[in-house]
Amino acid sequence: MLYAVVAGFIFAIFFPAAVRINKQAGKIAAAVLPLGIFIYFASFYNTITEGNVIAQSYNWIPSLGINLSFYLDGLSLTFALIISLVGFAVFLYTASYMEGNKYITRFYIYITLFMASMLGLVLSDNIITMFVFWELTSISSYFLIGFNHDKERSRIYALQALLITGGGGLALLAGLIIIANISGGWSISSLADLNELITGHKHYPIAAILVLIGAFTKSAQFPFHFWLPNAMEAPTPVSAYLHSATMVKAGIYLMARMNPSLGGTDLWQHTILIVGAVTMLFTAMLSLKQTDLKKLLAYSTLGVLGTLTMLLGIGSDLAIKAFMIYLIAHSLYKGTLFLIAGIIDHETGTRDITKLGGLRKLMPITMVIAVLASLSKMGIIPLIGFVGKETVYASALEFEPFGTLLIILAIAANVFIVYITIAVGFKPFFGKLKPTPKEPHESPFKMWFGPMILALLGVVLGMFSSVVINSLINFTEIGVINKKLNIPVKLWHGFNLELALSVLTVLLGVLLYFKRDNIVNTLNKISFTKYVKPSYYYEFLLSSTLSFAKFQTKFLQNGNLSNYAAMIIVATIFLGGLALVSFGGAPNIDLTFAPTFAEVIIGIILILAAISAVRAKSRLTAIVSVGVVGYSVALIFIMYSAPDLAMTQFAIETLTVILFVLVIYRLPKYLPFSSMTRRIRDFILAGLGGLLMSLIVLFIIAEPMTSELKKYFGENSLTIGKGRNIVNVILVDFRALDTMGEIAVLAIAAIGVYALLKLKSNGSEK
Amino acid sequence: MKSSLILATTVKYIIPLLLIFSFFLLLRGHNEPGGGFAGGLVAAAAYALYAIANGVEEAEKFLSIEPLKLFSFGLLTALISALLPLLAGKPFMTGVWLDNKIPVIGKLGTPIIFDVGVYLLVLGVSTKIIFSLAQEEE
Repeated sequence: MLYAVVAGFIFAIFFPAAVRINKQAGKIAAAVLPLGIFIYFASFYNTITEGNVIAQSYNWIPSLGINLSFYLDGLSLTFALIISLVGFAVFLYTASYMEGNKYITRFYIYITLFMASMLGLVLSDNIITMFVFWELTSISSYFLIGFNHDKERSRIYALQALLITGGGGLALLAGLIIIANISGGWSISSLADLNELITGHKHYPIAAILVLIGAFTKSAQFPFHFWLPNAMEAPTPVSAYLHSATMVKAGIYLMARMNPSLGGTDLWQHTILIVGAVTMLFTAMLSLKQTDLKKLLAYSTLGVLGTLTMLLGIGSDLAIKAFMIYLIAHSLYKGTLFLIAGIIDHETGTRDITKLGGLRKLMPITMVIAVLASLSKMGIIPLIGFVGKETVYASALEFEPFGTLLIILAIAANVFIVYITIAVGFKPFFGKLKPTPKEPHESPFKMWFGPMILALLGVVLGMFSSVVINSLINFTEIGVINKKLNIPVKLWHGFNLELALSVLTVLLGVLLYFKRDNIVNTLNKISFTKYVKPSYYYEFLLSSTLSFAKFQTKFLQNGNLSNYAAMIIVATIFLGGLALVSFGGAPNIDLTFAPTFAEVIIGIILILAAISAVRAKSRLTAIVSVGVVGYSVALIFIMYSAPDLAMTQFAIETLTVILFVLVIYRLPKYLPFSSMTRRIRDFILAGLGGLLMSLIVLFIIAEPMTSELKKYFGENSLTIGKGRNIVNVILVDFRALDTMGEIAVLAIAAIGVYALLKLKSNGSEK
Repeated sequence: MKSSLILATTVKYIIPLLLIFSFFLLLRGHNEPGGGFAGGLVAAAAYALYAIANGVEEAEKFLSIEPLKLFSFGLLTALISALLPLLAGKPFMTGVWLDNKIPVIGKLGTPIIFDVGVYLLVLGVSTKIIFSLAQEEE
């Protein structure tokens, strides 16, 4: 399974090269990748439905318990199949939809990265590994929403999505670490048996809430929902893939996965139930004012995400069953409808439903697919959506004691969803043909093939639900509630209350569609204050953070270099002094030492050079003097047998002098003399800094050196590290992770310098 | 910057030596003083010298690869060296060594590749900063 996950990352690296060789072949390879992954996971279908699970583990950082562990059970298999199948449809579609886009290569890289991360997320069995993949999906989503980066709205909303899901990610990390501390392990699958231990722990409430914040932000639950409609700035394949079929379900997946270990408590069930129900109704109602195809779909996605969350909150056997069916159904029809919206946009040049109509004759294939997906979405027999909605209603009905309330909420939300479906799936195709910005004609094969497969699957899975997905769903439930249910999935349950309610929903939805204008007109008369909108608080928080950052930067970094230096030294003195004081009393400092002749000479040179640097009349003299100080220090390193350090120091000093010369080249030749008070201040600071450093050194050498590390590195450098140079072996082997971090920082610093200079030379900033 | 004839001529002979020396530092680093960091700095100094003698544009041509790409590639090399052990079924960043020695290079293993990455990165970062600053002046 490692290779199935890693394949996407490797593909993303080599994709640009592949496109350079052959553009078409590259794109085809891109579509073959998810198809291959789909076939690979489909081959596990029998193994999983016979009740097995597959666990594989590769060591990553075993000393910290962090491993690349993968775990395939019904739940992760269902998700993996959805991710790869919808991925295939979307990749194929993209080849045609993004045709001629200058950055199409980049687009494929981002979306492949996303697919690989999403697969990693649902397959991971290690808490940290899962979190890493979780963050990767947020980041790739950021790139994809902001793909049209020359549009300001894209950039703003990409950042909004990243800040909200990323902020939730931080909460999630904290929650997961608390859980790992309680359970004493990092494996997710082993948490399922520790429910009592975890829910009984005194830190359980905070951990559960943190995990839920992570899930709610990712799956756009109220009050974090507003980022999702805004994310529709992304190209349509992204909306279909990330923001309806897969990524927004990551939060849902997390709640389902954590349900056996964290669930069962009032806190968990009630929070999920209430948040889910509020999201479901509230967001579905917001759809009424929209006229943009994608925005409409986004609001119906929010409604469904709310429903899924609510079902987990109900938590009964039937609700979990409904959850799984609805999850699969929604991924199939919503992905399809988004792609259809993209086709309409691509062929007609508009996404405004008021300007669309009568396309049925011009785009017959698209129409058939749209109608199939819409029927599934409306919950019409015999599609999978029908099975889904029936089960949702049944599980809401049996919920005690608020069954009646829940069913009313669910029906209300579904009425809006039916309305949206008519607006998106039927309106553009029927009625009179309306003039559109582009002359519409049928979309190419590559565009309709993917959505068609998804739409047909909706029919097949609905009609043969008892055969095809029954067994998979049976084993998925084990992942969610840790027991096997024996409620068969079937299409026809007979004439019962749920069926009647379904019919009622559709009728009300149709009614709503025809009465929409009246309602919107009435709604427009009521003005809501901005304080009821959650996005208002987001914007308030963001702008106040930015203005605080501006204030703080002006205060701490006012552009005067000597002030910067002073700040750094003051902070060092304060923190270092604090450390020394808390060290508790001075150790026996031995001040007797007998310097050699060479040491005395170097010491004198050092002191003289330092004085010369301070007293220098020109900048160049000052720099050269500082250089002399550096070289003298390097000489001391040599004498104390640290040739590596000395060599690096020599090279650094040389480059520093060159850099300084380059910088001062343009500055006035003579130093402006600073005022007396300033000089006194600097003198005191420098003196204190020097004193502190000397004290620290004296304290350190007064301690007996009984370091285990020195012995360890000395003994193992040659045997394990295969090198005689201990310093270098530490750098590139024993402590290579630290080095990795450092070189990454160096690279970032270089980009920073480059960006600053470039910005300046463009004249966009003074 | 005006170039001096003496400097330009000297640089012609010194640069190959400096580059060879930097490479030498990189390779011997595992057993003797040296290593990717010091080696990269020496190489960067060589290009800085070239820039002083012949101007930044000439130096950029001489380097023949955009420093930005150079250090990105260095970081990627280091990352790949860390990922290679995974293929051998060992934890991330474990040192994996080939059994046979290769002439000149000596023993070959992932830490050496890591060091090469560090070398490239340090060279790229330093030349990027120096070239950008120097260009500012011209």
